[in-house]
Amino acid sequence: MSMNDFIDNEVKNNNVVLFMKGTPDFPQCGFSGQVVQILDYLGVDYKGINVLADDDLREGIKTYSDWPTIPQLYVKGEFVGGCDIIREMFQAGELQTHMSDAGVEVKAAS
Amino acid sequence: MGSIEKQIRDTLSQALDPVRMEVINESHLHAGHAGGTPDGSGETHMRVRIISAKFDGVGRVQRHRMINELLKPVLDEGLHALALEPAATTDKVRW
Repeated sequence: MSMNDFIDNEVKNNNVVLFMKGTPDFPQCGFSGQVVQILDYLGVDYKGINVLADDDLREGIKTYSDWPTIPQLYVKGEFVGGCDIIREMFQAGELQTHMSDAGVEVKAAS
Repeated sequence: MGSIEKQIRDTLSQALDPVRMEVINESHLHAGHAGGTPDGSGETHMRVRIISAKFDGVGRVQRHRMINELLKPVLDEGLHALALEPAATTDKVRW
Protein backbone atom coordinates (compact mmCIF):
# COMPACT_ATOMS: atom_id res chain seq x y z
CA MET A 1 0.00 0.00 0.00
CA SER A 2 1.38 3.44 -0.87
CA MET A 3 1.62 6.12 1.80
CA ASN A 4 -1.17 8.05 0.13
CA ASP A 5 -3.41 4.96 0.20
CA PHE A 6 -2.55 4.38 3.86
CA ILE A 7 -3.52 7.94 4.77
CA ASP A 8 -6.66 7.82 2.63
CA ASN A 9 -7.66 4.57 4.29
CA GLU A 10 -7.21 6.00 7.80
CA VAL A 11 -9.09 9.19 6.94
CA LYS A 12 -12.03 7.40 5.33
CA ASN A 13 -12.38 4.54 7.82
CA ASN A 14 -12.29 6.55 11.03
CA ASN A 15 -14.85 9.18 12.01
CA VAL A 16 -12.32 11.53 13.56
CA VAL A 17 -8.59 11.33 12.83
CA LEU A 18 -5.87 13.62 14.16
CA PHE A 19 -2.47 13.54 12.49
CA MET A 20 -0.19 14.90 15.16
CA LYS A 21 3.31 15.01 16.56
CA GLY A 22 3.42 12.53 19.41
CA THR A 23 0.41 10.68 20.76
CA PRO A 24 -2.77 11.87 22.53
CA ASP A 25 -1.21 10.65 25.80
CA PHE A 26 2.11 12.31 25.07
CA PRO A 27 1.93 15.12 22.50
CA GLN A 28 5.37 16.24 21.39
CA CYS A 29 4.36 19.63 20.06
CA GLY A 30 2.34 22.41 21.63
CA PHE A 31 0.05 22.82 18.64
CA SER A 32 -0.79 19.11 18.53
CA GLY A 33 -1.32 19.21 22.28
CA GLN A 34 -3.86 22.03 21.97
CA VAL A 35 -6.02 20.04 19.55
CA VAL A 36 -5.81 16.95 21.79
CA GLN A 37 -7.03 19.05 24.71
CA ILE A 38 -9.97 20.40 22.69
CA LEU A 39 -11.02 16.96 21.43
CA ASP A 40 -10.71 15.49 24.91
CA TYR A 41 -12.73 18.39 26.32
CA LEU A 42 -15.49 17.83 23.77
CA GLY A 43 -15.44 14.12 24.53
CA VAL A 44 -15.29 12.79 20.99
CA ASP A 45 -13.70 9.47 20.08
CA TYR A 46 -10.77 10.01 17.75
CA LYS A 47 -7.75 8.25 16.42
CA GLY A 48 -4.41 9.98 16.94
CA ILE A 49 -1.72 9.14 14.41
CA ASN A 50 1.87 10.05 15.26
CA VAL A 51 3.59 11.47 12.18
CA LEU A 52 6.94 11.47 13.98
CA ALA A 53 6.88 7.66 13.76
CA ASP A 54 7.52 7.74 10.02
CA ASP A 55 9.22 10.35 7.83
CA ASP A 56 7.20 9.26 4.78
CA LEU A 57 3.99 9.76 6.73
CA ARG A 58 5.16 13.15 8.00
CA GLU A 59 5.71 14.36 4.44
CA GLY A 60 2.85 12.35 2.94
CA ILE A 61 0.18 13.97 5.08
CA LYS A 62 1.29 17.41 3.88
CA THR A 63 0.86 16.33 0.28
CA TYR A 64 -2.39 14.46 0.90
CA SER A 65 -4.23 17.58 2.03
CA ASP A 66 -2.01 20.18 0.39
CA TRP A 67 -1.50 21.59 3.89
CA PRO A 68 2.03 22.38 5.02
CA THR A 69 1.69 22.03 8.78
CA ILE A 70 0.80 19.52 11.50
CA PRO A 71 -1.54 18.86 13.32
CA GLN A 72 -4.34 18.13 10.84
CA LEU A 73 -7.86 17.11 11.86
CA TYR A 74 -10.19 15.09 9.65
CA VAL A 75 -13.86 14.47 10.37
CA LYS A 76 -15.79 11.91 8.32
CA GLY A 77 -13.13 11.87 5.65
CA GLU A 78 -12.96 15.63 5.31
CA PHE A 79 -10.08 17.93 6.28
CA VAL A 80 -11.31 20.45 8.86
CA GLY A 81 -8.18 22.36 9.77
CA GLY A 82 -4.98 22.72 11.74
CA CYS A 83 -4.45 24.03 15.25
CA ASP A 84 -5.48 27.64 14.63
CA ILE A 85 -8.67 26.74 12.77
CA ILE A 86 -9.70 24.08 15.30
CA ARG A 87 -9.13 26.50 18.19
CA GLU A 88 -11.10 29.28 16.48
CA MET A 89 -13.96 26.90 15.67
CA PHE A 90 -13.98 25.56 19.22
CA GLN A 91 -14.04 29.05 20.73
CA ALA A 92 -16.91 30.04 18.45
CA GLY A 93 -18.84 26.87 19.32
CA GLU A 94 -18.61 25.77 15.68
CA LEU A 95 -16.53 22.66 16.24
CA GLN A 96 -19.21 21.08 18.42
CA THR A 97 -21.80 21.84 15.73
CA HIS A 98 -19.53 20.53 13.00
CA MET A 99 -19.10 17.23 14.86
CA SER A 100 -22.79 16.87 15.59
CA ASP A 101 -23.78 17.72 12.02
CA ALA A 102 -21.33 15.10 10.79
CA GLY A 103 -22.94 12.51 13.06
CA VAL A 104 -20.06 12.34 15.53
CA GLU A 105 -21.11 11.91 19.12
CA VAL A 106 -20.00 14.73 21.43
CA LYS A 107 -20.02 13.30 24.93
CA ALA A 108 -19.20 16.38 26.97
CA ALA A 109 -21.77 18.98 27.99
CA SER A 110 -21.44 21.86 25.53
CA MET B 1 13.34 42.73 12.35
CA GLY B 2 14.60 39.33 11.20
CA SER B 3 14.85 38.41 7.55
CA ILE B 4 12.00 35.87 7.73
CA GLU B 5 9.73 38.38 9.44
CA LYS B 6 10.56 40.93 6.75
CA GLN B 7 9.89 38.39 3.99
CA ILE B 8 6.52 37.54 5.52
CA ARG B 9 5.58 41.22 5.96
CA ASP B 10 6.62 42.22 2.46
CA THR B 11 4.91 39.26 0.78
CA LEU B 12 1.60 39.59 2.61
CA SER B 13 1.50 43.39 2.45
CA GLN B 14 1.87 43.30 -1.27
CA ALA B 15 -0.54 40.45 -1.98
CA LEU B 16 -3.29 40.98 0.59
CA ASP B 17 -3.30 44.75 1.19
CA PRO B 18 -3.95 44.22 4.92
CA VAL B 19 -6.01 46.61 7.01
CA ARG B 20 -3.86 45.53 9.93
CA MET B 21 -1.12 42.96 10.36
CA GLU B 22 1.11 41.64 13.12
CA VAL B 23 4.01 39.29 12.52
CA ILE B 24 5.20 37.89 15.83
CA ASN B 25 8.36 35.91 16.42
CA GLU B 26 7.46 33.29 19.03
CA SER B 27 10.71 31.35 18.73
CA HIS B 28 11.76 32.26 22.25
CA LEU B 29 8.73 30.31 23.53
CA HIS B 30 10.14 27.17 21.95
CA ALA B 31 13.74 27.30 23.17
CA GLY B 32 15.14 23.81 23.45
CA HIS B 33 11.95 22.22 22.04
CA ALA B 34 11.53 20.32 18.80
CA GLY B 35 12.20 22.61 15.87
CA GLY B 36 13.43 25.42 18.07
CA THR B 37 16.97 26.53 18.71
CA PRO B 38 18.67 25.72 22.04
CA ASP B 39 18.41 29.29 23.28
CA GLY B 40 15.26 30.32 21.40
CA SER B 41 17.07 32.76 19.15
CA GLY B 42 16.43 32.96 15.42
CA GLU B 43 13.09 32.67 13.61
CA THR B 44 11.74 29.14 13.91
CA HIS B 45 8.19 29.79 15.11
CA MET B 46 6.23 32.68 13.60
CA ARG B 47 2.65 33.86 14.14
CA VAL B 48 0.80 36.03 11.63
CA ARG B 49 -2.30 38.03 12.49
CA ILE B 50 -3.83 39.74 9.50
CA ILE B 51 -7.06 41.54 8.62
CA SER B 52 -7.76 41.83 4.92
CA ALA B 53 -10.78 42.44 2.72
CA LYS B 54 -9.48 39.59 0.58
CA PHE B 55 -10.72 37.24 3.32
CA ASP B 56 -14.26 38.62 3.26
CA GLY B 57 -16.65 35.79 2.47
CA VAL B 58 -13.80 33.26 2.34
CA GLY B 59 -13.84 30.14 4.52
CA ARG B 60 -11.25 29.41 7.20
CA VAL B 61 -9.39 26.65 5.38
CA GLN B 62 -9.22 28.67 2.17
CA ARG B 63 -7.85 31.73 4.02
CA HIS B 64 -5.03 29.62 5.37
CA ARG B 65 -4.42 28.12 1.96
CA MET B 66 -4.09 31.62 0.45
CA ILE B 67 -1.44 32.57 3.01
CA ASN B 68 0.35 29.22 2.87
CA GLU B 69 0.61 29.51 -0.89
CA LEU B 70 2.03 33.04 -0.66
CA LEU B 71 4.49 32.01 2.04
CA LYS B 72 5.49 28.70 0.45
CA PRO B 73 9.05 29.92 -0.19
CA VAL B 74 9.44 30.73 3.53
CA LEU B 75 8.07 27.34 4.56
CA ASP B 76 10.24 25.56 2.02
CA GLU B 77 13.28 27.27 3.48
CA GLY B 78 12.62 25.39 6.70
CA LEU B 79 10.45 27.60 8.92
CA HIS B 80 9.34 25.13 11.58
CA ALA B 81 5.97 26.55 12.60
CA LEU B 82 3.64 29.12 11.11
CA ALA B 83 0.56 30.00 13.17
CA LEU B 84 -2.08 31.98 11.28
CA GLU B 85 -4.92 34.19 12.45
CA PRO B 86 -6.51 35.54 9.26
CA ALA B 87 -9.58 37.75 9.70
CA ALA B 88 -12.07 39.28 7.32
CA THR B 89 -12.86 42.97 7.74
CA THR B 90 -16.22 41.97 9.26
CA ASP B 91 -14.70 39.60 11.84
CA LYS B 92 -14.29 40.54 15.47
CA VAL B 93 -10.67 40.31 16.53
CA ARG B 94 -9.07 40.53 19.96
CA TRP B 95 -5.69 41.94 19.07
